[in-house]
Amino acid sequence: MATEVHNLQELRRSASLATKVFIQRDYSDGTICQFQTKFPPELDSRIERQLFEETVKTLNGFYAEAEKIGGSSYLEGCLACATAYFIFLCMETHYEKVLKKISRYIQEQNEKIFAPRGLLLTDPVERGMRVIEISIYEDRCSSGSSSSGSSSGSGSSSGGGGGAGAR
Amino acid sequence: MKDCEYSQISTHSSSPMESPHKKKKIAARRKWEVFPGRNKFFCNGRIMMARQTGVFYLTLVLILVTSGLFFAFDCPYLAVKITPAIPAVAGILFFFVMGTLLRTSFSDPGVLPRATPDEAADLERQIDIANGTSSGGYRPPPRTKEVIINGQTVKLKYCFTCKIFRPPRASHCSLCDNCVERFDHHCPWVGNCVGKRNYRFFYMFILSLSFLTVFIFAFVITHVILRSQQTGFLNALKDSPASVLEAVVCFFSVWSIVGLSGFHTYLISSNQTTNEDIKGSWSNKRGKENYNPYSYGNIFTNCCVALCGPISPSLIDRRGYIQPDTPQPAAPSSGITMYGATQSQSDMCDQDQCIQSTKFVLQAAATPLLQSEPSLTSDELHLPGKPGLGTPTPASHWARPRPPSMPNLAEATLADVMPGKMSTWATSS
Repeated sequence: MATEVHNLQELRRSASLATKVFIQRDYSDGTICQFQTKFPPELDSRIERQLFEETVKTLNGFYAEAEKIGGSSYLEGCLACATAYFIFLCMETHYEKVLKKISRYIQEQNEKIFAPRGLLLTDPVERGMRVIEISIYEDRCSSGSSSSGSSSGSGSSSGGGGGAGAR
Repeated sequence: MKDCEYSQISTHSSSPMESPHKKKKIAARRKWEVFPGRNKFFCNGRIMMARQTGVFYLTLVLILVTSGLFFAFDCPYLAVKITPAIPAVAGILFFFVMGTLLRTSFSDPGVLPRATPDEAADLERQIDIANGTSSGGYRPPPRTKEVIINGQTVKLKYCFTCKIFRPPRASHCSLCDNCVERFDHHCPWVGNCVGKRNYRFFYMFILSLSFLTVFIFAFVITHVILRSQQTGFLNALKDSPASVLEAVVCFFSVWSIVGLSGFHTYLISSNQTTNEDIKGSWSNKRGKENYNPYSYGNIFTNCCVALCGPISPSLIDRRGYIQPDTPQPAAPSSGITMYGATQSQSDMCDQDQCIQSTKFVLQAAATPLLQSEPSLTSDELHLPGKPGLGTPTPASHWARPRPPSMPNLAEATLADVMPGKMSTWATSS
């Protein structure tokens, strides 16, 4: 684990992007928005499995809430139809409200959990709801031997792919 | 660390054309201005339509002219003779028809934004690992992924243009050059694709238009009959010639529009798209075990979900400003898989480097906003190119790729041609 604590701005300025991991969508339940909770191997040394899974499960829960079909969504739909959908000029849809909640949650998770570990979550809505993009940062000027060891280790496994392949 | 610095220096030298671009660019542009699909945008990105809109204007003209003539020539007589409720109801129907038509035509049907270069590279890498070999320079075989939804095996296809695995029920519209979620068909009459986000508006449009057409037809006939009781048939026609035109237009429209409404009512109640119905994806003829995994079981729920379910917001953010550090989707490549053109790994052979640098030049020329910041170019360097030794990705969930053969390509092209065929079919019903 990184011995230094980063905040988000510092991370973006001082650290260099090593690689990105993409959590793909899980379509086993149909077309609803769910992400795979499978733990990617690149994050093995960066974050605890449980924290990661909890974050993804919470996100999945939010999306399920946004797309929930029930009394309130039917009411919203019928009301919108009755007003020839003009009501959307004044009011935002339930889905949009939940998306705002999601972006606040992701911001919070980044600040509390991911940035201190040198990771950054990108809101899936910015990637067309296809993936959760996790950016893995390495410190440019890491002084500790353990962190430089881990950075060169992960650098060679993911960043210097061509060289590693040729070797 | 040494590798890092070496790469940074070579990046600056390999892209001398970037700095003049950066200095000249003044105003921030909105994302719709660099949208990669074949769409037209109006009102600074608020309105989005397909490229060919000629037939849409024809639709507008037909509806406006017919309704206008009805209000001008038939309504005064009918309002007096029978009841003023007739023009009132016609008015309400007319506004509903126009509202839903404009909503269908101007809104985003559910376009999936194309993959960012990082995502595309990541997917390519995983597919190469799954395929085992990295095959020369020619186009790799079509890729599919299998998912089990509600007990049915569904194949997800890889879109070469958008560089994504299409979600279930999504399809690539060849006319608009976009992948659209829950793709129904491309309708030239509304000048847009019909997909997840505007299907209910489209259905409301054809339903209300059928009512309006039948309404106008019925009352035009009534008008002529009432007049001919007073003055004789030929004189009645001479007194209101507009009625003849309206009757003719309505007569020919009624068959196709009412037929189309009926067909889409069937589709909604069984939760299928036009695309799936035409291909027979869920028909019993394919096998006894074949059923629609997306259906909710009963007609009522299917209808409610299709018409009153939640509307997802647009994923393409047309009016957002382009941030200089966000990755823009690269232009579709000719099938050469490697991203990371600015990698200066001396281990790559000269031929590869030549291809990479040519591709980079073409990309840079096509998308001037791409990679204009040195910070971004240094980011690219650290991204993986060839799969490294240390990236174990479980390949168990990938379908065994079929050998490259004509049937696959034919199927892919057929799927692309389908939207065009479907629109003609749909309108001629």
